[in-house]
Formats: sequence, C-alpha cells, structure tokens
Amino acid sequence: MLDELYREIILDHYRNPRNRGELADADTKVRGNNPICGDEVTLYLKIADGKIDAARSTGNGCSISQASTSMMTQAIVGRSLDDALALIGEVEGMMRGGGVPEGPDLDDLAALEGVRKFPSRVKCALLPWETLKQSIQEYRGT
Amino acid sequence: MLNEQQIRADFPILSRTVHGKPLVYLDSAATSQKPRQVIEAIVDYYRVHNANVHRGIHALGDEATELFEQARATVAKFINARDPREVVFVRNTTEAINLVARAYGGRVLGPGDEVWTSAVEHHSNLVPWQRIAAERGATTRYFPMDDEQSLPESALEMLTNRAKIVALVHVSNAFGTIHPVERAIAAAHAVGAVVLLDAAQSVPHMPVDVQALDCDFLAFSGHKMCGPMGIGVLWGRLELLEAMDPFLGGGSMIQEVFYDHATWAEPPHKFEAGTPNVADAVGLAAAVRYLESLGMANIRAHERDLVAYGLRALGELPGVRVYGPADPDRHGGVLSFTVEGIHPHDLGTILDQEGIAIRSGQHCCHPAMRALGISGTARASVYLYSLRQELDQLVAGIARAREVFDLA
Repeated sequence: MLDELYREIILDHYRNPRNRGELADADTKVRGNNPICGDEVTLYLKIADGKIDAARSTGNGCSISQASTSMMTQAIVGRSLDDALALIGEVEGMMRGGGVPEGPDLDDLAALEGVRKFPSRVKCALLPWETLKQSIQEYRGT
Repeated sequence: MLNEQQIRADFPILSRTVHGKPLVYLDSAATSQKPRQVIEAIVDYYRVHNANVHRGIHALGDEATELFEQARATVAKFINARDPREVVFVRNTTEAINLVARAYGGRVLGPGDEVWTSAVEHHSNLVPWQRIAAERGATTRYFPMDDEQSLPESALEMLTNRAKIVALVHVSNAFGTIHPVERAIAAAHAVGAVVLLDAAQSVPHMPVDVQALDCDFLAFSGHKMCGPMGIGVLWGRLELLEAMDPFLGGGSMIQEVFYDHATWAEPPHKFEAGTPNVADAVGLAAAVRYLESLGMANIRAHERDLVAYGLRALGELPGVRVYGPADPDRHGGVLSFTVEGIHPHDLGTILDQEGIAIRSGQHCCHPAMRALGISGTARASVYLYSLRQELDQLVAGIARAREVFDLA
C-alpha cells in the first residue's frame, strides 16, 4: 500500500521540485498552511488576459504537499483561470474517489491518486490546490 | 518494577492489530489508553447509579452525588491537595487554564501588568493568556528556552513586580523536558506573582504534590492518565478560588438568584455551572485508583528506563536528531525527533503501516517550532504499558522509512 502513496514520480517532485522560488513581479502571492502538521506553501502567480503565465512556489512540508505543489505549478501554466478552477475541482474529485484528471501536462498528477487511501494525508495533497483557489479568488477580488 | 504482562492484559485495545500488525501505541502524550477497570467503572455508573447530582431527593441522586464527591476527594488526595474543595472538575486542561485566565486574570490584570509563560508552551497555555492580556491592557512575555528546550534558571531573573501571573508547562508535550518548575515557582512568588502549572504531561506520569511544589493553580486532563475524555481538573488554592469571579454562569454555581442579580456558591461549585460530567469523574477516580495501585514512583521509573533506552537507540541512528534534555532524569516520556530527509508526516504514515502509532507535526506548539526553524517533529510517547521492544520496533520502522525514501 505504501508504494501507492510514495510513487517514484512523487518522490522525484519532492526531491527536485519544479518552479521553485519567488516570482518577483507576481500578480498574486498567497500563503496556505496546515495548522496540524505544519505544511506550508506560498504560491506566486503571474496572470495576464485571464490566463496563468507563470507559477512558482516556496514553502516546506511533507513529500505529498510539496510534490503536489510542484506538479500543480507545472499543470496550471498556460491555463485560463476558469480552466484552473475546473482542474482544482477534478483534483478534489480524485481525492474523493473520482477519476484521474486527463489532458496535456496532467500525467504526473495521476500519481496523487494513491493518496486517497490515506485519509490523514488528503489535506496535504490538497493544500496547494486550496491555495490556488484562494489566489484566483483574491485576483478576481471575490 | 511494573509487571508488564499483567498491565498490558488490563488494556483491551493493546491486543488489537492495525494494518494486519500488532498495535504499537506510542502516542500516549496525545491520549492514553484505558484499562478495563476504568471502562467498567463508567459502564457500572450508567448501568446502576445514574442520576443528576446535588438535586434529586431520591436514592439514585444520592448515590450519584456520593460517587461524584468521592471522585473529587480521590483526585484531591492523589495530588495531595489540602481540601477536596480545591478540586474543580472541568472538561480538560485547556478549559482549566481558560477558567483561571478569565476568572483570576480577568480580575487582577491591568494595564502594564505582565503574564509570563515560556517559549515552549502548548497553545492552550498561550492563547488564553494572550486573549485576557489584550482585553485588560496587560502584556504576555516569554521565558526563552535553552539548547535542550528547557527553561534556563537565568531566565527567571527577567521577572519583576509587574509580573502578576506565571503560567508554565511542567513537562513539555512537544519535547519531553521536565522543567525546573520549583525554582520558577519560588522566583515568581518572590515578585508577588501567582503560578499556574500546566501539568497535563506530569500528573499522569510522575508523583505530583501540589503542597510540595507550592504552586497556586494546577491543570490536568483525565484522558492522558488512563481516564476518559471529557473530564479534567483545575486545582487551586482555596483562598484564591474563593476570591475569584465565577467562570460560566448557570445552574449549580449559584447561591441565590433574583430577577436582577445572583449570588455565588462556594468553591468548587462556583466553577461548575450546569450538570457536570459525573460518569467521567467516576471514571477518572477509577483511573487514579489504578495508577495508585501501581505507584506513581514506579510508573516514573518505568518511563525513565524507556526514555533512557529510547534516547540511546534513536541517538545512534543516522540523520536523527532528538530534542529535549539528554539526561533521562530531566526527560519525561516523550521522544521528539526529526529524521533528515524525511518529513515527520511521511514518517508517521510509514510507521502507521507497520502498526506503530506516533504523532507528527507541531504538537500545538507553533511558536516553539518556528523558533527552532523546523516544520515539526515526530513524537513517540510512552506510558506505563509501553515496552522496550516497542521502541525497537520504532527504530526498525525508521529504517524502513529510510528505505522508502532511498536514504538507506
């Protein structure tokens, strides 16, 4: 069962996080944290014409939260904010037992599917996605 | 010496399996398991004696009241209180501290006054003080910790007569440190401050005598000492309790009520508004009797042996850093550690698959973790039913985690 959680691709994103660091001219900067375990993610987005042009992150936490963050920053660049919101819904659905998100640049995300068998870790996987949702809401002023 | 086999047979839950492996329960600092003597006392209360207390003019009401007040007396004797009236039943340590913050702090604190705690407190001994201090124009101040997450004696020199309350943890839930509270109590009294001890991690594990400690308030939870959840204790000096305002208003805490005002009952009832948790008070008394039958000094000796063993075993592992005092005489039953390259949360999940229950994270101590620059620790905590063999299994589990993360 552990193999389903700690897939090689997750460990790879944990050890070599993509799009890591601050984004100097970011349009949004939102920090999300999990008060129980101490996971934290700060997400920087560059947004133009309703589309995410760049995404970077800082923070620290467990392998699941940090790998999920790394995968997310890869998956959302080039997507419209509405597409990104839809993808958040799909990832949340996957954690509840729904299907795996499909589409370009989404292959890695499927590795998070195994997390749903570990209820106490679902919130780790969802932390960056919650932070993304908050970022979009903040950008839109809602 | 404790009879390990006999003790383990008293705890039904210890014979269950988790993920197909025998349960190794190393999370007693979060909550202890319950012996059948306690479970049976609660069941017996509901099956045979249940009625509301201090009210009914009938046999069951008398029996329930008698059991409830006997429980109070049992707890009072256990911590060597002068008088059972000094024992107030609450829900847990958190509620006890909130009670003192509100009913004592709310009365004595004013602008310029200080409430002192330490840099290693549980949120339950920080947030109530922050709130009442802000309301009263007082400030909260913090003793620093030394390299072993212990309160350095030199820090006590920071106290001045502006200090009105000193609220300290006795044994740290996050690092296991047994703090030198006797010296802190003397230093606080020297400047005229009263002292509250957060004894949630000390009363269950070692002899605690409120008269010998000379503290003013002491707070602890039943569920960490083999008792049920939902019952806790505030002990306070009678003269302080008498001078304090009530906490919650309602039934039981009054002497006489008029349409426009009311007068208060005497302690402890002044602080016990509404129907109390009688069944769990009875369960707590059964837990106290169970602990006393083993002897608190024996329990501490057993845990000291486990901690010494665990400190040594963990200290030998590559990449492991253990927090808290290296000296087992100053280290309670909490082993708090980090493993390089493995986040505590990941370690917790991997150990769980081996049937080993630990806690990982910040242990309700955000400021202390921030000060140490870490995002949390893994915490294995032992109790009277824990075995050396279980610590061996912990060590093997850490090796397994290093394999998963390709560190071995």
